[in-house]
Amino acid sequence: MTIRVIKPGALSTLQDLGRVGYQRYGVIVDGAMDEWAHRLANLLVGNPETEATLEITLIGPRLAFEATAVIAICGADLSPHIGDREVPMERPVVLRPGNVLEFGRRRAGCRAYLAVRGGYDVAPVMGSKSTYLRGGFGGYQGRALRAGDVVGIGAAKSGDGALFAAPSPPWPSRAIATAGRQPPIRVVEGAQWPLFSDDAQRAFANTEFKLTPHSDRMGYRLEGTKLVLRDPIEMISEGVSFGTIQVPPDGNPIILMADCQTTGGYPKIAQVASVDLPVLAQMMPGQTMRFELISLDVAQRLYLDREREFRRIRESTAQCSRES
Amino acid sequence: MTASTRGDWCLQPMGDRCLIIAFESRIDPAINERVRGLADYLLAHPIDGVVDVVPAFTTVALHYRPEALAGEDGQSPYQRLCAALEEMLARDTPRSSGSKRRVDVPVCYGGELGPDLAEVALACRLTPQQVIDLHAASPHRVYMLGFAPGFPYLGGLDPRLQVPRRATPRTKVPAGSVAIARDQSSIYSLETPGGWNVIGRTPLRLFTPEAQPPCLLAAGDDVRFVPITREQYDAEYRGRS
Repeated sequence: MTIRVIKPGALSTLQDLGRVGYQRYGVIVDGAMDEWAHRLANLLVGNPETEATLEITLIGPRLAFEATAVIAICGADLSPHIGDREVPMERPVVLRPGNVLEFGRRRAGCRAYLAVRGGYDVAPVMGSKSTYLRGGFGGYQGRALRAGDVVGIGAAKSGDGALFAAPSPPWPSRAIATAGRQPPIRVVEGAQWPLFSDDAQRAFANTEFKLTPHSDRMGYRLEGTKLVLRDPIEMISEGVSFGTIQVPPDGNPIILMADCQTTGGYPKIAQVASVDLPVLAQMMPGQTMRFELISLDVAQRLYLDREREFRRIRESTAQCSRES
Repeated sequence: MTASTRGDWCLQPMGDRCLIIAFESRIDPAINERVRGLADYLLAHPIDGVVDVVPAFTTVALHYRPEALAGEDGQSPYQRLCAALEEMLARDTPRSSGSKRRVDVPVCYGGELGPDLAEVALACRLTPQQVIDLHAASPHRVYMLGFAPGFPYLGGLDPRLQVPRRATPRTKVPAGSVAIARDQSSIYSLETPGGWNVIGRTPLRLFTPEAQPPCLLAAGDDVRFVPITREQYDAEYRGRS
């Protein structure tokens, strides 16, 4: 039960929900940039949401499946296909031995998630299969996939794979804005919000910021109105997380992403609401975004709503697999 | 912003799944001991839903899963976590955590392993040997781990050795590099970019992903740097597992 990598794509790494519990050692969390797509893909093939998926960035890999496998692809639409047959997204698909899964033109989004029933057979490091590129550990040999790699598929833990009879999904891949304007990214005030000038606060809440090409899994660098403090302050490094928006002295905000350091020493103007992190994960350099300030209460309500929705989807797929 | 203050600490939200317990904002061994004491206490008395406890110089960050702290009483997960913390800390005062142990770290100073030693000496108006002696005699203490896995921020540097960071950071600093900047020392745990002044290198491995715990050093450790020769460095480097 293996997958042979014929072409690796631009950046294909195994990721799960992150390496939690070790941040006090300075060990970064990593994990899927678009947690929603990652979880959904796992759910569709009957995996626990904590199983690793392959995070595929912009240009997809070419993968030869050497055994029958059940896969699901969620997140960015990178035109997955087998031969001249399109592979539908957001549903379980059965692959036969010898099938070669490839990707083509990017239609929407930036990152696709490929889940395979049974998961990827790599050893967890500190409880996680996420790849930490800079540290060189986790995932597949601590690095992105390369041509010639052979990745094992784990044994499915339960059921017999009836899941692929599930009907077409009643849920949207909401993280990707399909047409028209991108919705604003919702944020809550950061600890240093009051220390930013009135102009900076106004600009942050009302003007557009552009995602620069210097953006990756560690952080998104934005360009727009320079955000200045009322008075310079001396910050002492403290905890930060995926979604923290910090502003270095040059005034250009940086949104910390999944591979961010555990601590940071720049003023924090805001924090992205967790439910909108998948939207960011699917944005392309050059795209612009606006921020909308919401209260912490609202952010947590949105978070709990999303968890309820996930549970609902999980129950409905479980239902389908029982009935089929 | 909902912040609350109790005694010498206050609670601040950092978004919808992290909270920061902040002590007085000053780099100080006594404040850092309170921080570590609280972090140790929270690790020993885990609160449901808290997945990461991250002590820094003057703060402890608690990363949590809001869904594990949700209830039907109209309180937000943040409010419930604050209440749990306040109740816990009203009942019991975590003790300050002093030094835990002393770790000797062998260092080969100068040469190609410590390319900035001469420049540091010049900036401090000292000889390279004086820099080595003062650095080895300084009572270093690990304030926190951050920046990279196992990267320690060490206080206690002799004030005569204060130099700013390098104007242009290096794109690659080798693992094991012992470096200073302002009033602190550190040891690069992985090869990363970095702007501190590299004065030597240790053959010790600071970070081993498969080990438990994965780091050589922990917050609260006293560290003494022990000068070694290049031959000793090479022998120890070759001999490490």
